[in-house]
Amino acid sequence: MVSIEEVYHTAELAKIEISEMEAEKFRKEFESILEYFDILDEVEEDVEPTFQVLPLKNVFREDEPGECLTQDEALKNATHKEEGYFKGPRVVE
Amino acid sequence: MKVGEWKEKGESQGCYDAVSELIEKIEKSKLNAYITVCREEALRAAEEYDKGRLKGKLAGIPVAVKDNISTKGVLTTCASKILSNYKPVFDAHVVERLKAEGAIIIGKANMDEFAMGTTTETSYYGVVHNPYDLDRVAGGSSGGSAAVIAADESVLALGSDTGGSIRCPASFCGVFGLKPTYGLISRYGLIPYANSLEQIGPIADSIEDLAMLLEVIAGKDVRDSTNAGREFRFVQEPRRLKVGVVKEMGGNEEVMGRFNEVVEVIKQHHEVGEVSMPSFKYALAAYYIIAMSEASSNLARYDGVRYGYALEKLDSWRRYFSKVRAEGFGEEVKRRIMLGSYALSAGYYGKYYLKAQKVRTLVINDFKRAFEKYDVLISPTMPALPFKIGELADPLTMYKADVNTVPINLAGLPALNVPVGFVKKLPVGLQVIGNYFSENMLLNFGKQVGELWSQAD
Repeated sequence: MVSIEEVYHTAELAKIEISEMEAEKFRKEFESILEYFDILDEVEEDVEPTFQVLPLKNVFREDEPGECLTQDEALKNATHKEEGYFKGPRVVE
Repeated sequence: MKVGEWKEKGESQGCYDAVSELIEKIEKSKLNAYITVCREEALRAAEEYDKGRLKGKLAGIPVAVKDNISTKGVLTTCASKILSNYKPVFDAHVVERLKAEGAIIIGKANMDEFAMGTTTETSYYGVVHNPYDLDRVAGGSSGGSAAVIAADESVLALGSDTGGSIRCPASFCGVFGLKPTYGLISRYGLIPYANSLEQIGPIADSIEDLAMLLEVIAGKDVRDSTNAGREFRFVQEPRRLKVGVVKEMGGNEEVMGRFNEVVEVIKQHHEVGEVSMPSFKYALAAYYIIAMSEASSNLARYDGVRYGYALEKLDSWRRYFSKVRAEGFGEEVKRRIMLGSYALSAGYYGKYYLKAQKVRTLVINDFKRAFEKYDVLISPTMPALPFKIGELADPLTMYKADVNTVPINLAGLPALNVPVGFVKKLPVGLQVIGNYFSENMLLNFGKQVGELWSQAD
C-alpha cells in the first residue's frame, strides 16, 4: 500500500511540485510498480552487491592543469546572472 | 542507405547537393525523427568536403546524433522542456571523434525524454513514427536515431542504450544497432540518466558501416573514469561458433515464430544449444530500481539556475526548484525521479537498491556460466512487434517490454540487434549477446546471420 502522504513526501524529497490529481495518479501507479518490485524479496540476502561492472579501482589522471571553461562560457546557459556570477534563489526562508 | 551508396551519390552529384537533398527530405518527412536539423553546419561541412578540405575515415558522411549527446553550440534538449533552450559549450567525446574524422553532423535525433522510455512517446517534441507504419512507434529511447537509418534520413547514427534503447528501436525499424561493452566508449558529454548502465553506440544499415562508426568512437578518454581505454578494429573472421538460445528470453507467437526459423538457419552453420538463466526472473525489477535511483540523483542538477528552463522570477529555493522541475519535466521523468527517491530513502535502501545490486551479481554469474559453454547467446530483441502509438499506456506494461534487453546492461555486456526480415510487414530483430569486449565476434556473427537470413527469406 502506498499512501497519498508518501507520494507527497517523495515529491518533496525530489523537489517536484505535484497537483492533487497527479498525486492520486502516481499513488496508484507506484503501488503497482512497487508491488512488482517485491519480487526481489525472494532473492537471497547472502550475495555480494555489484555497484559497477568493470574491474577498475581508483582511476586518477595525471595531476596537470588542463583547459577549463571561461567565465562567459560557464554563464552562457544561465537565465539569471549578475556581475559574472550565477544568481540563485533565496536560501533563507 | 549504406555508406558505399552515399559515397557514390556524393561523387556523382557533389557532397553539397547530396546534403541539401537530404535536408530537404528530412524537412518534408512525417517521421518526426529529428529535434534539430543542423542545416548550416552540415552544408558548410559538405562544401569543405567538395573542396577536398574535409578528411578522415568518415569524411563527407552524414551522421545523426541522439539529442542527449552534447554538441557545442547546437541545441541539446534530451527531448525535455527543461533543456529546451540548452546549447552546450563543449562537444561530447564521441562528437569530437566524429568531427576529427570528417563526419557531417546532420541533426539531433528525437528520443524519449532523458532516454526514459521504450517508444519515444515521452519526448517533449512528440512521438517518432515507425517508417514501416506511421501508426506505430519506432521504439525507444533512441527512436529517432533508428528511424533515420531505416528511412534514409541519415547514413549513420549514434544512440545510447541504458536498458535496450539502441537495440529496441533498431529492432522496430529493421536496422543494425550495437550496445557496446560498458567502458568501450567514453560517456564524456553524454547527458547522464543511469551512469552505471548506459553506453553510447552505433546504428547503421550494414555491419561494415556499424563497425566503421564504432572504430571511430571507441577508445581512450581520461574524462570518463569508467572508460576502459581500449580501441576497436573490425577484422573479418567468420568461424563456427557455439550459440546458446536463452530460455528465459522469449516473445509472443509472431516474434517466436520468426525467431525459431532463424535458429534453424543458424543451426546449419553453428553448434546451437539451450541455456537457462534463473536470475533473469529478477532482472527487470532490479534494472528499474537501479535506473530510477541513479536518475533521481543525476537529474537533481536541473534546478533552473546554471542552465536549462528557468522561471522569470527567483523565489525561495524550495518553491523555485520545485516549480521549475514541475514545469520542466514530463510525467515519465517525474515518475522515475520520484520512485528513485523513494527507493533510496531511509528505510528502503536495503529492500530496493541494495537488493537490486545483489541481483546484478547473480545476473553476471549466470552470464559467466553461460559463456563458459557458449561463444554467443541469442534471443528475440523485443518480445513483440512494434507497438501501436498509445498502446502501452500503463507504465508497468511499458517497462515489461524491456525484459529481453535489460539483463545485458546490468552485466555491462555487448549486444547487437540483427534485423531478420518482416512479420506482417513489420521488422523483427534478433539479439546477439557476447562476452566482455567481444564486439568483433558479435559483428562477424551478425553479418553472417544477416546474410544467411536474407538468402533464406
